[in-house]
Order: sequence, then structure tokens, then C-alpha cells
Amino acid sequence: MIVEFISRAILLSIPLLFGAVGEILTEKSGHLNLGIPGIMYGGAIGGVIGAFLYENACGNVAENMNPFLAILIPLLSSMIFSMLMGLIYSFMTVTLRANQNVTGLALTTFGIGLGNFFGGSLTKLVQSDLPSIALTKTSRFFKAELPFAKDLGWFGEIFLSHDFLAYSAILIAVLASIFLTKTRVGLNLRAVGENPATADAAGINVTAYKYAGTIIGSAIAGLGGLQYVMAYADGVWSNNAFGDRGWMAIALVIFALWKPSMAILGSFLFGALCNANNYLKGLGTETQELFKMLPYIVTLIVLIITSMRKKREHQPPESLGLPYFREER
Amino acid sequence: MANQAAIELKNITKTFGSVVANKNVNLVANRGEILSILGENGSGKTTLMNMISGIYFPDEGEIFIDGEPAVIASPKDAFDYKIGMIHQHFKLVDVFSATENIILGLEEQGRYNLKAAEGRISAICEQYGFELDPKKKIYTMAVSEKQTVEIIKVLYRGADILILDEPTAVLTPQETQKLFAVLRRMRDDGKCIIIITHKLHEVLSLSDRVAVLRKGEYIGTVETAKTSETELTEMMVGKKISLNIERSEPKDPQVRLEVHHVNCSNREGALVLDDVSFHVNAGEILGIAGIAGSGQRELLEVIAGLQKSDSGAVLYHNPKTGNVDNLQNKTPLQIRELGVRLSFVPEDRLGMGLVGNMDITDNMMLRSYRRGKSAFLERKAPKDLAEKIIEDLEVVTPGTTTPVRRLSGGNVQKVLVGREIAASPTVLMAAYPVRGLDINSSYTIYNLLNEQKEKGVAVVFVGEDLDVLLELCDRILVIGGGKVTGIVDGRTATKEQVGLLMTKTEGGKQE
Repeated sequence: MIVEFISRAILLSIPLLFGAVGEILTEKSGHLNLGIPGIMYGGAIGGVIGAFLYENACGNVAENMNPFLAILIPLLSSMIFSMLMGLIYSFMTVTLRANQNVTGLALTTFGIGLGNFFGGSLTKLVQSDLPSIALTKTSRFFKAELPFAKDLGWFGEIFLSHDFLAYSAILIAVLASIFLTKTRVGLNLRAVGENPATADAAGINVTAYKYAGTIIGSAIAGLGGLQYVMAYADGVWSNNAFGDRGWMAIALVIFALWKPSMAILGSFLFGALCNANNYLKGLGTETQELFKMLPYIVTLIVLIITSMRKKREHQPPESLGLPYFREER
Repeated sequence: MANQAAIELKNITKTFGSVVANKNVNLVANRGEILSILGENGSGKTTLMNMISGIYFPDEGEIFIDGEPAVIASPKDAFDYKIGMIHQHFKLVDVFSATENIILGLEEQGRYNLKAAEGRISAICEQYGFELDPKKKIYTMAVSEKQTVEIIKVLYRGADILILDEPTAVLTPQETQKLFAVLRRMRDDGKCIIIITHKLHEVLSLSDRVAVLRKGEYIGTVETAKTSETELTEMMVGKKISLNIERSEPKDPQVRLEVHHVNCSNREGALVLDDVSFHVNAGEILGIAGIAGSGQRELLEVIAGLQKSDSGAVLYHNPKTGNVDNLQNKTPLQIRELGVRLSFVPEDRLGMGLVGNMDITDNMMLRSYRRGKSAFLERKAPKDLAEKIIEDLEVVTPGTTTPVRRLSGGNVQKVLVGREIAASPTVLMAAYPVRGLDINSSYTIYNLLNEQKEKGVAVVFVGEDLDVLLELCDRILVIGGGKVTGIVDGRTATKEQVGLLMTKTEGGKQE
């Protein structure tokens, strides 16, 4: 049971990890993107649309589907959706200098509405009895696991039984960590988020970095939505099933102190905490709901501890949430 | 190398909205020389230099570098022309180390290597005599260290035209001397150094030539060796100003405020005020002198009720009731309710004194909003006050509805002092009220303080310019390392005497 618990916690943690790493890159560019829940939702529906169209094109027969395309098409359509939303956010906040919080919250509302609109339309299109669409054929390609994983007992189940997106998430987090701390471009990006005027004076194109950080961050976050639908939910989309994972990803950013490597551990902890109620016997419904609060409570505790220790390296990027305009006096 | 034009400006004009910041400026700076740009506040010195360093783009005119026409559209272009600017407000990322800040934005050959960069930084430090730990984080640094980082940053980029915007404003005299030594070494190395300042004695001691700007216009360039303080002042302000500040004899001095054995610690637990005792009389100006950060700020904040003290007493002699009240550890509101009319002009004008985004009228209301009777704001009186201050103190502003942050430093200060004086205080405390102000505005402030003194107000003036303190104040309290190191008579004390007292506890602290 412990093996199952750990394996399940990892599965639950992956969307959060994608979301958090995407948001960390975005926040390092100085953007507090509260649109992440909407962007993850948009990324999920984008993948669903891509998968739906490809399955239809193949006549809904699994044998006709090319494994490579079955993965590539949803992946691309998911990223197009989330990157477009990141572009909207950047255009609003950088070019038009709109308030970041308002833009982000609007984007979340917009993304969820968009997802539910397409989700509902597709459900109607297939004339399903259930309020959901099942893309199990595509999901099977996403969930393909290593052939020898089953022979390795608990080790295989915990470490090798996951879908390829789960490993990508960890790889992306590690790469993001290296990018931020060990490369020149990463240094420049951090400078933009800390102090754009300084970065500007140093000859860094602040606008380009802000756009790039936000759009690439959104694409990564959107993959979290895709992974949720295709791997966690077995390819079954139903409106609003994604829940509050987007907000949890934002909480995870704070928990991880804006470090992608910490986000890997944090996401696993969050996944375990979300999951614990299912493995503790004899809990009533109300106690289960209390359990679901744990990730947020842990985040609050981290906030309290870091603000008490006052270590500058553990604070959010200094100009997070602030607009930048060069000639402002 | 020497006397070869490094940079030449021709007919440069820049406007911000309806404000003309620079108008037809012509300027030449040579290699192997130090050129000072002198001008009052708001004369367009910084704007002009920002155009050379690519922060702003000129509306009209041409820039020539080494005789070739140059287009500097961004800071990156400026680097390509080997121009480096050290801004008045440092442009550094606090959580980065010195090295990270120095290499920021560079596109060096080879892979990202902090170690190698640190080596090159150490080499630059050695060449020009800087002291810097490349691994130190900016937020743990003192101001002079941050400035060193800024200078090395531009040198690291191979700059040979260096622009320094009021580099000495935040330095102690010793640090200033060190900086000047480094700048002279760079000049001898063939670099072109442009320094923006309004401190005349620095101009005279450091630079080879002086260019003067007045209200955005170029007045002329003179050789330092062939000019004098009076001539430069004349060029700068357009009319001769008597350097004497009026000082009347205090009338009927009575003790108004007593500070007894006040101790105060900062957040880290270090003692910032150590057994401070003194008194202020009504109708006199008490100057407070000291090296920046010796506890001046905390002292005023303890009196104003903004900072808690550990022990001691602040006694106020109320002239109306004759009572003696202890103000120690009371909030500003409690102090006001005791009937104490205390005005405070803080050092941080737009942080503590005024709200930058609000207009002049609204800033007036910050002090008077409690007077209203209904739930709605009473706007008439503060608007009248705002108009009166604009007229009386000659505040340059489009109107009472302009956000305060859009005004220049001197005008912001006039608004703040005007408001504080309008409250007809019995105690007026001003921290560095002329910092960053030009000569004319400074004199306006001195006159206002003198007026208050003649009205019988107890004035506390924290200043940095010893000449001003000695000419303006009746008594000068010298503070060093949180201790009162001496109280001298402003009429008889000498500059050396005060300077000696200022540095006295610096040695004592190390015992």
C-alpha cells in the first residue's frame, strides 16, 4: 500500500510541478502571473482538442494511429493554447502596461471559460451519455511505460511506471534550475525580475526577456494541464475536473522559494498531502476536506518561517508584479 | 592622447511633455581630462548625461564620438561606444554578488564562468586601487562599496568615457578623497571622465574644465585653473548670491525640549543612540552635525514618536499651559493630542513626508484631514494652502493637481517644508532639508527656518554641510557613533573643531 501511495503521490505531483516551474520562470521575469490556473486549463483543453481531431481523423481506430503523431499533435496544440495565453498576458502587462493581478485573474477566468466551452462543445459533438469525453486511445500512448517496469517490483512501480511527461517534468525542473543559476541568459532573466531598470541599463532587452520568460513559462505550465488529462485522468475530460491544481501550483512556487529544484521535492510533498486522505481509514467527508487544506497550510508555514528569517535570497523577485517603463520619471 | 575630443554634443534638445529639459546644448569632453558638469537642480545635467548613455534619446541635435557622428539609441549602443555611466541611484541587483552585477548583460566570449570574471575584477581593482570583495552580495554592502561596484562595472566593459552622476553625494569626506584619487589615476590613464555635481569645492579641486548648465541651457565651459568659486556661482545661478546666511540673536531663549539619556537600539539589536542628552531652546536653531548614519535619523524619529527608545525621557515644555510632558514612546497622534505642535521634515521626502502619487492639495490634507467635521473631505482649506505655498515659496509646478512625484527635488522639498511650517509648530525638526537642492532653493529653506526661529520656534536642523551649519545655527550638537560628542556655539566654533568632534567616537568605538 505504501508503494501505491508513493506512486500515486508522484502522479498527482506532476501537474503541480509543471505549473510551478512555469510560474517560477514567469515570476523570475518579474511577472506575477495569476493566470496560471487558466493557462493550465487552457493547455489541457488544447491537448484534448488536438487528440480529439487526430482520433477522429483516424476513424477512432487505435490501430490507424501513429504513436508519434498521437503524442506530438496534442502536445503541440496544448502548447499553442498555453503560449497564446502567455502572449496575451505579456502583451497586456508589458506593451499595454495593464495591472498584472487584474490581467492574471481575468486570464484565469477566461481560460476556464474557454476550456469549459470547448469541453462542453466536444461532449455535445460525440453525443456522449456522460458529461465528459474519453480520449483513452490517445491516453494509452501518453501512458506507455517501460516494458520491464513491472518486473522490478516496488522499485519499478515507484520510479519507472510513470508516463513520459512525468519524467519530462522533472527533467524540465532540473534544466530550469541549471538555466537560472548557471547560465548567462538565466542571470539576465533574474536581473530583469529583480530590477528591470538595472537590467535595462546593462543593455538587456527587458521587454524581450519578459515576453520570453512568460510565454515559455506558460507553455511549461500548460503541459501540466495536458499531463493531468492524458495521464492522470486516463484521457477523460470533464469540465472543472481539473480543480484547484493551478492555485496549488502558485502556492508551490512560494513553498519552493522560487527554486525549480525545490519545486520537485515540494510537488511530491503536495501530492502526498493531497492524497493522504484516501489512505487514512475512517475519515469522514468533512475531515477529508480538512486534509485537502494541508498544502496551503504548509505554504503558509513556509511563508512565516522565511519572513521571520529575512534572508534576501529567499524573497520573491524584487520587482515582482511591478510594471516597467524606461522613461518614467 | 590628451586634448583629443572624445565626445562632442551639438545642439542637443530634449523635452518631456511641455517641460524643456535640455535646449541647444553644445559640449566637448576630451580624453585624459576630468570635465565637471555644474548646474542647479533641474538644470538638465542628468537628462543630458542620460542621453549620452542611451537611457533617453535626444529630440534634436547630434552626438559625435571621436569625431564620428554616433546614434546612441540604447544603453547597449552606449557600451559599444565605450561609454559608461555611474548613476546617482545605483543600478544594482541587490541579491546578486558584485561579480554577477558586473558581468550582467555582457555577451562575453566563451562559457559563463564566474571564477574567471572574478579574476579580471581583481585585476581592475589592483590597477586603479579599489577595494572590493567580488563575492559579496550587494545588499550587505555600504554605499561606497556599491559605488565601487558601479565604477568597476563600466571599467570591466572597457569604457573609456566615464560619466559619474553626483558621485560624492552619499560619501564621507574620506571616501570622497579615495574616489578622487581613483578618478585622477583613470584620467592619467587617458580616460575621459565627466562628473556631474553641484559642490563647488569639489569641482575646483578635481576637474580640469567645468561646463555650466542653467535651466537646461548651456552657459559655457571654463578652465578650472582660470576660474573662481564666485565666477562659477554666477554662471550657474545667473546672478550673484551673497554667501552669507542671516543669523539673528535668539530672543528670550527658554528651554522648549529636553532629551535625557535616551538609548535606542535598531532591529539588529545594535545601539544606535547611546545615552543622548541635550536641550533645545525656543527661538534658536540647533544644528546637528555628524557623519551620515551616526544616529541623526533615529534621534529625530524618537522625538517625533516614530521610533521606540529603550530608556530615557523626552520632555516638552508646553508654552501655553506651562506643563512638562514626557513624549518618550508616545505615538505621533498621542503627541499631537497633548497639544504639542511638532513638525518634522524627514530625510526621505517622498517616502515619509509626502505621497508621491497624490497631488499637492491631497498632500496638504495628510496633516489636516482630522479637522473635518463630516464624513466628507474638506478640500477648500488645503487647496488654498497649496496655492499659498506655491506662490510664497515659488514652487515650479503646472498646478495644485500635479502629482508630487513629478516635481523636481527642490520643489518637492518646498511643498513639504511649506506644509510643515503652515501647521505653526512650536518645534520644527528638519533632516537634511537642503540635500539635493540648488543654491537658490537652499537659501529659501534657510530663510524659512530663520523666520520660524524669530517666531520663537525651537528649530532642529540636521545638516551635512559644515559651512552652512556654522553660518545658520546658534548651537551645534555633534553626534558620532550614536553618542553626543560635543555641543558647540555656532558663532565661535571652527570647522576643524566640529570635524574633529564628528570623527571622535569613531576611534572610541573600536576600543
